[in-house]
Parts: sequence; C-alpha cells; structure tokens
Amino acid sequence: MTRHVVARCDEIPPGGRRIVMVEGRSIGVFNLGGEFYALLDRCPHQAGRLCLGDTIGLVQSREPGSYEFSRPGELLKCPWHGWEFDIRTGQSWCDPKRTRVRTYPVAVESGESLVKGPYVAETFPVSVEQDFVVVDI
Amino acid sequence: MSDVLLEPRSAQQSRLGVIDCDIHPMLRSAKALHPYLSQRWRDHFDSYGPRTPAPFLRGHAYPKATPALSRRDTWPPAGGPPGSDLAFMRQQHLDPLNVEIGILQVLFPSVKDQRDLRLGVAMSTAVNDWQVAEWTEPEPRLRAAVSIACDDAEASATEIRRCAARRDFASVFLTPRTSEPLGRKRYWPIYQAAAETGLPIGIHTGGTNGHPMTAGGAPSFYMEDHHGNAIAMQSALASLIFEGVMESFPDLKFIMIEGGFGWAPSCTWRLDKHWARMRDEVAHVKRPPSEYIRRQVWFATQPVEEPERPRDLRTICEWIGWDRIVFATDYPHWDMDDPRHAFKVSMTEEQQRMIFNSNARAAYGL
Amino acid sequence: MSAALAAPATELLRAIGPIDCDLHPAPPRMAQLLPYLDAHWREAMVTRGIDGLDLSSYPPGAPISARPDWRDAEGKPAAGLDSLRAQALDPWGTRIGILSCLHGSIAMYSEDMGAALARAVNEWLAREWLDHEPRLRASVTVCMRDPVQAAAEIERCAADPRFVQVLLLVNGDQPLGRRSLWPIYEAAQRHGLPVGVHAGSVYHHPVTSMGWPSYYVEDYVANAPAFQNQLLSLITEGVFQKFPELRVVLLESGFTWLPPFLWRVNKTWRGLRTEVPWIDRAPGEIIREQVRFTLQPADAPPGALEPVIEQMGSERMLLFSTDYPHWQFDEEGPLPAGLPEHLVPRIALDNARETYPRLRDIQV
Repeated sequence: MTRHVVARCDEIPPGGRRIVMVEGRSIGVFNLGGEFYALLDRCPHQAGRLCLGDTIGLVQSREPGSYEFSRPGELLKCPWHGWEFDIRTGQSWCDPKRTRVRTYPVAVESGESLVKGPYVAETFPVSVEQDFVVVDI
Repeated sequence: MSDVLLEPRSAQQSRLGVIDCDIHPMLRSAKALHPYLSQRWRDHFDSYGPRTPAPFLRGHAYPKATPALSRRDTWPPAGGPPGSDLAFMRQQHLDPLNVEIGILQVLFPSVKDQRDLRLGVAMSTAVNDWQVAEWTEPEPRLRAAVSIACDDAEASATEIRRCAARRDFASVFLTPRTSEPLGRKRYWPIYQAAAETGLPIGIHTGGTNGHPMTAGGAPSFYMEDHHGNAIAMQSALASLIFEGVMESFPDLKFIMIEGGFGWAPSCTWRLDKHWARMRDEVAHVKRPPSEYIRRQVWFATQPVEEPERPRDLRTICEWIGWDRIVFATDYPHWDMDDPRHAFKVSMTEEQQRMIFNSNARAAYGL
Repeated sequence: MSAALAAPATELLRAIGPIDCDLHPAPPRMAQLLPYLDAHWREAMVTRGIDGLDLSSYPPGAPISARPDWRDAEGKPAAGLDSLRAQALDPWGTRIGILSCLHGSIAMYSEDMGAALARAVNEWLAREWLDHEPRLRASVTVCMRDPVQAAAEIERCAADPRFVQVLLLVNGDQPLGRRSLWPIYEAAQRHGLPVGVHAGSVYHHPVTSMGWPSYYVEDYVANAPAFQNQLLSLITEGVFQKFPELRVVLLESGFTWLPPFLWRVNKTWRGLRTEVPWIDRAPGEIIREQVRFTLQPADAPPGALEPVIEQMGSERMLLFSTDYPHWQFDEEGPLPAGLPEHLVPRIALDNARETYPRLRDIQV
C-alpha cells in the first residue's frame, strides 16, 4: 500500500466530498462530522460512478407505516440503481453479507510525512501546522 | 458441466457496435414543443394544457425514485433535464458506449394518453417533427419512433404513413397500458398502417390509461407501480395474440421494451396451454401463441434480469431464443443498463453479436 | 434431464395418500342456501328474485370449468358429494381434500348481503359436505368488500377445526396487501389459518391494467399477472412483517412465473428499499418462507418443469392439487410431465402438512 495525499482537510468540509484520481482509480473522499472516509468510485453492481450519488440518511422500520430516520448523510445512494452503501464501511444495506464496495483506510496526517499525490509540493506549502487528508491505496 | 464460453466481455472491448433500442430524449422545457405546433395549439398547450387520466398535471401519481426518473449523473452541465441535450448525450452515452444506432422512445409529454384527442393528434405530429429536427437529423446514429394518439386510430394511421416516408423513423411507439387492450379492433388501423409501411411496433412499458395498475385496484407504492408496468406486458401480448392481430398481420413485428425478458418463457407456456384448451373461443387464432411469438416478437433486455444463479440468465435466453433478444439501455433512467456490465453471464461471441447488434437489425429492418 | 415417472401418477399418489389443496364443489344455487339464511335474508332473496350469482370467472359451460367426464347429465360441472368422492378423492387415494367454494357472495358490492350469503355458504359446506365426508376440509368463504365482517366470519368458522383456510380471490376491490384488509390477516394468523388466494376476480375492476379484454381465455391467462401484482402488494405493504406466522397459498395461480418474478422483485427492492423500509430481508426469501403454490395448472412443457422448480429455490413451495373439476389434465393424471419424481412425496403430502397448521396432526 502506498499513501497518497488527496486534499487539505479544510477543502472537504463536514458533509462534503471530493473525488480524486489516484493510481488510475477514481476515489471519493467524504467528511462525516470531521472523520474522513474514502470509497472506490465504482458501484459493485454495474460499475456506476458511485461517489456521484446523493448522501442520505438511514431509514429503518419496525413495522409497516413506521419510518425511523437516523444517521443523516452517512449513506451513499448509487446514482444509477439506487443501492445504499454505508460510507464508513462500504457495506451495502440490502445485501450486507454479499455486497460491499471497496473502502480504503483514511488518515488525517500532518504535512511532514507525505509521499506523493495530486497535491504536489509546489501547490501547497508543506508545514507541520497544516492537516492533509492522506489515503492509502 | 463446463461451458466452453468466453468470460464476460464488454461490448466495447470487443469493438462491437451496440444497437440501443431504448433511449429517452426530453424536451428542454414546456415550451420546447411550441415551434412544432400551430398557434392554435400553442395557445391550447399554454392554457388548458396536456391532460391525462391521472391526479396530477405534471407530477407522477406514483412519484418516481429520482428527479426526472433519471440517473443522478445524467443532468446536462449546460442545463435542461436529463436527455434534453444532444451534445451531452453523445458525450456521456453514444460515444463511450459505442452506440451504433439508438432508437428514441418519447415518454413525455405523453401523446397517446391525452384525453383531448385533437390535442393528442396535434402533439403527435409536433413530437415527430421535433424528433427529426433536433435529434435524428443532426445525429445520424439516432432513429425515432412514431408518436401517435392511438385512441384516434385513423389519425394515427395517417401519421404513421407520413413519418414512414422518412428513414428517420424505425418503429411506431405504443405502450401496454392503453385505454383498451392493444389487440382490440379499434386499434387495427394502426397495425394496418404499420404493416403496410414496414414499421415494427415498439411496445414500451408505461401508459396512463385511467385504469388501476392491478386488476384488483390501485397499489400504494412506486415499487408496485414500477414492477407492475413490467407485469402489464403479459396481458398486452395476450391481447395481440388472442384478438388475432398477429394472425392477421403476419409480417408485423413487435418489440417489447423496458419490461425485462425473464417473464417471456412462462408467459408463452401459459398462453399455449390455455389456448389449447379454449381455442374454440378464438377460432381466428390459428396457431399456438408460441408460434406467433417466435415469428413476430422480440424482447428488449432492460431492466436486465439478475437471477441468483447467473447461469439461469442463459437458460432464459435459450428458452426465448438467442435471436429474439435485443439490447436496450433506457438511458437516462435510473434503472438503465450499461452494455459493458449488464450481462453478468458469459456468452459466446455470436450470442453477444446477436443481442447487442444483429437481432435489432432484424427486428427493426435496419 | 429427468426421466418419466417410474410409475403412473395414480400408483405413486395412492401409495402416498395425498392432500389435495384445491377442490371445488359446485357452488350452491340460491334454493340450496335458503335454509342457511335467517328469516330476513331468506325473504329478501325470494321476494327480490336474487339468484344467478355464478362468478364470471368460471362460466359453467367453458371448457376449463369442468373436464367433460366430470360434468353431470345436463353438462354442468358435477355437483354433488358422490361425484367428488368418485372422481376427485378415490382415484388418487386422497386422504384429505380442501374445498374452496367459488360462490358469488365473495364478490357482492352490498357488504351485508355478501356477508350473510358467505355465512350461509360456510354453513352449507359444513352441513352438506364436511359432516358427511371425513376426508374433507374447507376454506372459509368471505365477502371481500368488507374485511371487518370477513374477520368476524373467520372467527366464527375457526371454531370448527375442519375449516383450515380462508378463501380470497386474487382480484378484489383493493390490492391484497392494503392495510384495510389486515383484519382478515389478523384473524387468519390468530387461528392458524393460511389465506388461500384463488384465481378469479370480483370483477369490480377491469381484468387487466389495460381494461377489459374481449375473450374469456384472456381473462383466464390474466390470472398469472394478477397473482404477480397481488403478491407484490402483500410484500410491499409489509403483510409478512406484520403477520410473521401468516402463510399465503396461491390457488390455481400457476407457478412457473415465480422465478423471474423473484429475481425482479429482489432487484427492484434493492434500489427502492427506502420506500418500503419495513421489508427486512430480500422479498424472495420472504416468499420462499411464507408463500405456497398449488400444482395446477403447471404451465410448462415437460423439459422446463424441473429447471423452473430448481429456479424456485425451494422444495417446500408446491402443494398437490387436482383443481377438480376444472380441466387441467387428462388421462396422464395430476402429476405434470417432467415433474421430478423425488419431489412427489413432498408435493403430495409433506408440504401441505407443513403449511396448514390444522393438518399437522393428521394420521400418516
């Protein structure tokens, strides 16, 4: 695994996302309440651009007619056929045992330990005070 | 038993040109049809407006899963609803998917469901002129389907003959959900005109006819409406057979679009079995239904079947006949199929060629 | 590819002693029902001349309505208990037969009249059939238009253990999953009565979603899409979540349409789950657990039957039926060609015993 800087933390505010190309793969990086998660931008169903989908909450129900809404913005609905994926884990909601989207470990790193990425040194000054979002591929 | 087959391959990888039997162009705005309407009908359009047997003027009685029924990433960057921008359609769909021919199916505004038949007839000529001017003329890969106000069958026949003179038109547009079952005598001038001009009928799911989606009343959920539209194909097919349309018009071809195709074998078997018992009621139907279906009917693939065991998809194709299946995407709708990924089962090169290309050429006479 | 059955159907079935889950007594004429009506309704029927409540779903003279050798001297579907014994029960060694009476009371617009007539039909079934033939059981007849009165009739008949099922038609006034019908399912579940949904219609809506077809054969084949729509309603409305012990038996529905239906409903659900969030597992799983199908008609050529049953993904779903006196088979008998022989014991007996709580303790 190699580590790639994909954004400055403040470029992806809470509730926001950024889609980046890393090593030929399109990756979506999401900020959920200050925590970052990265998903492969490819739906396991028919390879749609998953990370372009709406972020939605979780709807559950104890019984017909009841709609229990929680975790706003923490799921991703594929823009194609509407499959729901948990952004934190990549797990699909409808078929949790069999379908997952590929996730990547994401860490918030200080500027010093960068290796490479789309934000090459010339565009951002590297300093220890700045926080970068680094993705392991 | 191992199949000596190729791994699933994308049509693009094999450089196979795709014939897409179901693309939905959209008007850019409510007024986009005006240039093709006379002043009298522009005024009517703007005042009383289009009216179908449904609760809402513009919204859907069963609200769709997504805005404009479309994939979330199909909204053109330059504006307008999904399917309204030819340049974007080329860039997002026709070019990357290697679409050799795409057949347009105009769903909105719904011409055939207009309660005012004179308005419907005016809209049909306008929609057909719009398809040519803004789609098939600038883009030679596209073909149109003749929009008709089917409840005025004579006017529909006139419009079919008018449009058939142009090579822009590949088929006639109908849906299963008409005011009466499709095979009923009132619609026969349409079949007469289509047969004479050599145009097949593309029966595309949908239709707002004022009848509930089930024979036991109106359902509650879009999930039922969506699936119910596919189920309706079965009775439409039965009507075309049992009313004798297929017997009387042996050269008339039918393509069943956007209902999937998994339903076709069991429906065919059922029609055969009960025709055998009750053929004396329909003595004008001289052959078993399966013979008409094999002779005159094709099934478009979308929404592709997703059996739990992928090999069952091959079984279905064998039962229908590999030569009766035509590929369709349903671009830009949310449940559309991508030819590179939709078929999760291995096929021979010949089968791929048939499904993605040559079967449609036979069905549409392309 | 399966071989032909090793022995004729008759021998195989007689060795097992099947349960026949779909039998039809000829519906009673009004004169036969009068003794079972109270004074008010008796007088109403007579003074208003109310009769002829034959359901449009089965014109008595139509070929499907009765096999030629199962008609009486006047050509009507065989009427009485003697015919049923001789033609439906005895030939296959049937140990239990479930009667579903397709009487017009189910389709009345007038709820009170419908309820009164349905009650009379159930009394007629008990007194003139069940009392005289220990092999017989019955479905509770209800008027579909009033679920509350229907539930009351289910309560009443449930006291008689020989009523083992509730009878509905596939096409009622409302899709079968709708909440207004839930009193029926609540009563049925409470008493361990599966709900039997039978082919046919109350004809309050056109027989297809595109209006009224011209021909009877179209009405008949339209039952298959009707069952698909109604099964979809039961699923989407969450009937199987609300009533987890409920079993639904589709009677004379055909079943070869089921596999592509399962694939389609699973596929649709995955994209539209948030609209119906009470569906807690794949609809195909729910159907395999809680829905059953009778054997007639088996709409498939011999070579396709085994693959279709395999695609259904469960050996527990098919229940033996003759559909007597409806004409679904000839001298080949009620086991359709191509039916895998190893499934016959399950289909003939075990699946019904597992499906009908009131049949679990029969002697085998």
